Amino acid sequence: MRITRRRALLGAAMSITLLAAGCGSSGDSTGNAPASTTVTDADIEAALQAGGNLTVWAWEPTLKKVVADFQVKYPKVKVNLVNAGSGNDQYTALQNAVKAGTGVPDVAQIEYYALPQFSLSKAVTDLNTFGAKSLDGTFTPGPWSSVHAGDKIFGLPMDSGPMALFYNKEVFDKYGIAVPATWEQYAAAAEKLHKANPKAWITSDSGDAGFTTSMIWQAGGRPYQVDGTNVTINFDDAGTKKWTGLWQGLIDKKLLAPIPGWSDAWYKGLGDGTIASLVIGAWMPPNLESGVKAAAGKWRVAPMPQWTAGEKVTAENGGSSLAVTEASQSKNLAYGFMKYATVGDGAQSRTDEGAFPATTAQLTADAFKNKQFPYLGGQKANEVLSAAATEVASGWSYLPFQVYANSVYNDSVGKAYTGGSTLQDGLKAWQDSSTKYGQEQGFTIK
Amino acid sequence: MVSAPTIRPAARRQPRPAAVRIRKTRSWSLTAITTLMLIYTLLPLAWLVISASKTQDGLLSTFGLWFGGDFALIDNIGEVFTYQDGIYLRWLGNTVFYVLIGAGGATLLSALAGYGLAKFAFRGRKAVFAVILGAVAVPPTALAVPTFLLFAKMGITDTVWAVIIPSLMIPFSLYLMWVFSTDAVPDEILESARVDGAGEFRIFFSLAVPLLSPGLVTALLFNVVVTWNNLFLPLIMLKDRHLYPITLGIYTWNQQSQTVGGDVVFNLVITGSLLAIIPLIAAFLLLQRYWQSGLAVGSVKQ
Repeated sequence: MRITRRRALLGAAMSITLLAAGCGSSGDSTGNAPASTTVTDADIEAALQAGGNLTVWAWEPTLKKVVADFQVKYPKVKVNLVNAGSGNDQYTALQNAVKAGTGVPDVAQIEYYALPQFSLSKAVTDLNTFGAKSLDGTFTPGPWSSVHAGDKIFGLPMDSGPMALFYNKEVFDKYGIAVPATWEQYAAAAEKLHKANPKAWITSDSGDAGFTTSMIWQAGGRPYQVDGTNVTINFDDAGTKKWTGLWQGLIDKKLLAPIPGWSDAWYKGLGDGTIASLVIGAWMPPNLESGVKAAAGKWRVAPMPQWTAGEKVTAENGGSSLAVTEASQSKNLAYGFMKYATVGDGAQSRTDEGAFPATTAQLTADAFKNKQFPYLGGQKANEVLSAAATEVASGWSYLPFQVYANSVYNDSVGKAYTGGSTLQDGLKAWQDSSTKYGQEQGFTIK
Repeated sequence: MVSAPTIRPAARRQPRPAAVRIRKTRSWSLTAITTLMLIYTLLPLAWLVISASKTQDGLLSTFGLWFGGDFALIDNIGEVFTYQDGIYLRWLGNTVFYVLIGAGGATLLSALAGYGLAKFAFRGRKAVFAVILGAVAVPPTALAVPTFLLFAKMGITDTVWAVIIPSLMIPFSLYLMWVFSTDAVPDEILESARVDGAGEFRIFFSLAVPLLSPGLVTALLFNVVVTWNNLFLPLIMLKDRHLYPITLGIYTWNQQSQTVGGDVVFNLVITGSLLAIIPLIAAFLLLQRYWQSGLAVGSVKQ
């Protein structure tokens, strides 16, 4: 659920071995067919009643309460909730454990962008076995398609991050800036603000892979096409160029604060008006409340700026699923827990604790939509955010080695922010390094 | 953090010159350079102390190198020890445990091995030297994942052994002890002890160890610092929060600021870091008086 900006500590530890994963050629149709349902809901309920031990690796804070409630409901199940690090730290640990063949958890939290990497290497199991297909329509399309690989389902969405524009109303009002509805207006606002106050910027960016891919996603770019082990990487499409055109203009005019996301300076900037807005996932409010107390009451939410006035298109940014590992000895129990946490009582308890749900029921509930956020000046922010959840553009895929690709993003595209190259050239270099790595891992890359 | 101390030149075989005249001229340029170095070294520490006195808000809204309006050091310390059910103290205890066993063991092992290599001629000694020098050059980080896989096979990942066993082996410390033993333990003493019929272990513990003590303390301090600051190995090996050393614990607190829905606690990260280096500084101050070299000077005629 974190948009990571740090490199994976050890890229080498994150490698995937297709051979070990048993991926044959793409003509191997048996390998691509989803598993048929062999475990019924009754079997899972029986497993939950019979009990056992479950190890869950997750860093998402609202799961603590879910686990406690779950154990009350199913007293014979002992859930060991382990925070094995956030994002990359946990992925490295998971890969290491899978490689070692010991210490693999039953359930792991995996962000949507990282899920293909684990599904392709067969670290996580196809949930069709448990009849996950029947959950069609339970989740919003964005996260639901994110957990799919073809017809296979590798995780249950835990939360989602449809993008929206978070802005500091006080700063906008002070400099007479209207909330931008289009990217053109956004660029104009960026210029107006920075001219009026050289110490304020419309937003900050020093190179963030997750942000970039989400922005390209919204602009209609589809740089990654994945079909089993056949992968196409192409940052030369119209959608990508739309975004680089806009962003390059902002970089050239020095209209972006050179502050890395999630750093202390970033929190400081969000608090003191240096960073006047954020285009980020809908899960942001709790982080503002916890980390940017200084600006309480000043921030608001608006729909994400559009490329064409009047359109309503967003993309997903962040968000995680829960997945059952292939190595788990208690898969029925694991699926039972996941279902409880993502669509059962857990979905509501997590929403109540501030998580942004991926389930339609929670997103469309009146209580959710009408919730007033004191931090956001009493705004009913979820009206904007749950609308955004229904407007996510379809057809996006992440690479089956996105974790690695993101970890080397700054080596190539990062230069564009320091004036060493352009975004488009940086993306080309990123494409090349991703291609090279993918080929080394045994993918066919066009 | 704190760098390892430099070793004073050990006792030399040559008699000292009768008198060394100390030049009384001051070198302004040298003074300026060392002053700059001093500031460079102390500035981060000053920042840490100042920042530890601020609230989360104060940290983000006041100038970093001077005190803000709020003096929250006491509150911060209190919160560090109570946050997340007071797990900080447990982490600190873990670190002390890892350091006592790990660094203590590493020092003993490297003293035995270094002394052995310096004072005994045996077949294959050159090869052992080569391996040790090679091991000094390999960063421990590169070995972490293979070590993890090895320990996973043995079934000891996520236990205290996964942290302690690797920290028992610090090649640099061995190298240090070997160099030091060569100089500080005169062969004549060993020979006379053997003539008197002392066993090798007795010679080592009764004769060599006192002579080696300045080197031992240096190696111990070095090992303590390395073990105290160890982050990557426990990060790979440990999943159970209750086994975390303090470094990894503070790291996870810092990670919360990059986690959605996470509690942002920069003030606790900073105060926790400050408290975590106090024992290190204390260890330095306490052990300083043992750095007296030259114990063996004059013990034998040369």
